[in-house]
Amino acid sequence: MNSIVLEHICKSYDKGRVRAAQDISLEIPKGELFGLIGPDGAGKTTLFRILTTLLLPDSGDAYVDGHHVVKDYRNIRQHVGYMPGRFSLYQDLTVEENLNFFATVFGTTVSEHYHLIRDIYMQLEPFKDRRAGKLSGGMKQKLALCCALIHKPTVLFLDEPTTGVDTVSRKEFWQMLKGLREQEITIMVSTPYMDEATLCERIALIQEGRILEIETPQAITHAFPDKLYGMRAENMSALSKLLHASPQVASCYSFGAAHHVTLRPGADIAGVSSELQAAGVRQLETEEIQATIEDCFIKLMNHEPGSSHQDR
Amino acid sequence: MNREVVIRTDKLTKQFGDFIAADQLSIEVYAGEIFGFLGANGAGKTTAMRMLCGLSVPSSGTATIAGYDVYSQTEQIKKHIGYMSQKFSLYEDLTVRENIRFFGGIYGLSDKQIKEKSALLINTLGMEQMAAKLVADLPLGWKQKLAFSIAILHDPDIVFLDEPTGGVDPITRRQFWDLIYNAADRGITIFVTTHYMDEAEYCNRISMMVDGQVKALDTPANLKKQFNVATMDEVFFHLARSAKRKGD
Repeated sequence: MNSIVLEHICKSYDKGRVRAAQDISLEIPKGELFGLIGPDGAGKTTLFRILTTLLLPDSGDAYVDGHHVVKDYRNIRQHVGYMPGRFSLYQDLTVEENLNFFATVFGTTVSEHYHLIRDIYMQLEPFKDRRAGKLSGGMKQKLALCCALIHKPTVLFLDEPTTGVDTVSRKEFWQMLKGLREQEITIMVSTPYMDEATLCERIALIQEGRILEIETPQAITHAFPDKLYGMRAENMSALSKLLHASPQVASCYSFGAAHHVTLRPGADIAGVSSELQAAGVRQLETEEIQATIEDCFIKLMNHEPGSSHQDR
Repeated sequence: MNREVVIRTDKLTKQFGDFIAADQLSIEVYAGEIFGFLGANGAGKTTAMRMLCGLSVPSSGTATIAGYDVYSQTEQIKKHIGYMSQKFSLYEDLTVRENIRFFGGIYGLSDKQIKEKSALLINTLGMEQMAAKLVADLPLGWKQKLAFSIAILHDPDIVFLDEPTGGVDPITRRQFWDLIYNAADRGITIFVTTHYMDEAEYCNRISMMVDGQVKALDTPANLKKQFNVATMDEVFFHLARSAKRKGD
């Protein structure tokens, strides 16, 4: 059975000027950890708000646990957990008071489903008398997750839970989500960090209100159509300029310590390398590499009709 | 090598009650350098940045920014730096051109300079079609590119960038770094924070703050060598894991 179904969902704002969701359809089976991957403004939050019955779609249908998001919204509200992108707990209540409040609102007690949050809450317990507004970013995020889980939701919606959080806390957070999968809770999570995509079972790459691709992260990276090379040299900035200027090079993007390069049809990497060396590039290192989700995202963005970005 | 130092701090400290947010920071940043200022949440980055921008008076220690003292010459500092963050950048209800004029005025540029610089900026970014649009109507990527260009409108000695690329799409993120490189080539010193570890690689040197202290400061290559790891992500993880303050 599918926990989440979207059928041709459209939503625009500002008299149609901003098209936040353009004919979005997807299905998420029960128990899946599903990721919405895309930059700010891609339309991620719009989908969350429609699915949590906080926003009406312009057209199309959506279901959560078989309940229609418009006709049956009350049922959905009782059974889902939602952690919005903006911290939305009561800042002037303590950690413990917030948790009790959310449990009560959903007609349950903290002890009833304590096992769900135990591992996370144990880290918060030393601060249980602190006001939520006085917590650090990482701790706020943990408390918000506890509050979204306390009524044992069937579906958990997490809108950018790791945005602005440092890499250590991000890793911890994903570890927590892994633990929740064993509880058969369906999780839809969004992130602008492409490297987090590989931690999901399936992902949708989303940009400007459209889905570019829905697949497992492995299937997406394996489907990268071109040979991809990682290139380094002593002077990375000079290397980049030369690669961009080379008629043999189809694309070149910086990826931290290496530039990721694809070639035009007919070009070969040995030829490019000797060209670069002849141009004075020193300590050139080239290796064929597996594409990352970010490589795929860039590739898909470039091929999107009407996209504001184009290949050179 | 004889290199001009544009940011020099010596045991710079900020204390709130008995909490030491920034603990004896001693760093030197060179002119034209891209300096990555990294640290876990709550490590004290914002506190340190606020002192360097002349917005917060240190508790002890010394610092000069572009040659000006952080205790007594804060107004001079503000004239010689640019600042941009992911959160606050531009006025949404002004147009692109109006924002440029507004900030140009704030920085004390003459009408003639503003006119010249507006034209140059709009042309360089390729924003001719958007110049009369409200900033609110621009896609995020354009807003960030515009905000950066306005932050260096007055040719500051240093520009402080606080997570400038957060949430930006992968192509725009790279275009943004092209702008950073161009500014650095012009001699503007870049002081930047980020949560993207691939971007840490683009910096000439990196400092890592943990629990209010600078725990490491070197080139990305040397830091990776020092911790015997392959990526900056692992360097960060290695250092930040030891943080005691993260729980609070």
